[in-house]
Amino acid sequence: MTQQVPVLRLGDALLVSIQVDLQDDDVLALQEELAERIVSTGARGVIIDISAVDIVDSFIGRMFSSIAALSRVLDAETVVVGMRPAVAITLVELGLSLEGVRTALDLEKGRAILDRLIAERRPAHDLDYLDDDADYVPLDDPAGERARPDPSRR
Amino acid sequence: MTSGDDVVRVRQLVRSKAQSIRLSLVDQTKLVTAASELARNTLVHGGSGSARIEVVQRGGRSGIRAVFSDTGPGIADLDLALTPGWTSGGGLGLGLSGAKRLVDEFDIDTEVGRGTSVAITKWSR
Repeated sequence: MTQQVPVLRLGDALLVSIQVDLQDDDVLALQEELAERIVSTGARGVIIDISAVDIVDSFIGRMFSSIAALSRVLDAETVVVGMRPAVAITLVELGLSLEGVRTALDLEKGRAILDRLIAERRPAHDLDYLDDDADYVPLDDPAGERARPDPSRR
Repeated sequence: MTSGDDVVRVRQLVRSKAQSIRLSLVDQTKLVTAASELARNTLVHGGSGSARIEVVQRGGRSGIRAVFSDTGPGIADLDLALTPGWTSGGGLGLGLSGAKRLVDEFDIDTEVGRGTSVAITKWSR
């Protein structure tokens, strides 16, 4: 990497704060480094802080989508935080939709979104959840006319 | 322009010129973004090329004009190249079409086998 972008730990997430004008090779290097760090740290989330970034063109915009997609495959969620208003206006006019990318106005809101997304993912990993005592309604019997499973008999 | 570092230099130069004529922050951002797309195109499709950035005047208004030229393969089907989402490579297909939307004037001159030159202008309001 010709220009270092530090990747920091923030609880169970990784925090990347882009502070310099990145050339395309740096952007690709950052994407690879993030993939490696998600795996090596077992991070559940990635926060990309772009509050110091004065333009987002199609190349860096595509990187956000790629990181969001690849983190999802690696069992993590990504949130991009701190986009400047002028950057947002330009992105929309450029026609860039940032597909699959979650955004938040600032770090605090980004962290909150990440916490929620990570919590939503938990059940899928927790094979015991089917045994939870929480009420459930069968899709083919919404009124619950059939007998419900009796938790005490398990 | 021969490397990615030169694209960064072009962005910085366009930004400082745009600030010198007091373009609004949004217009600066649009112009720099358009320049970044076109500078990258010059490198990726032309192999290398040049960028010329200048302050222009018309009817009492100031503007920034940026011209990106290469001696690459040229563009065979210009209408197709200007279609949003169409890409000749692995990109998003927003380089040319997106840059066009972000500026006030957009002129492209291309010839297969000779190269491509794209000129953009953004005027102060």
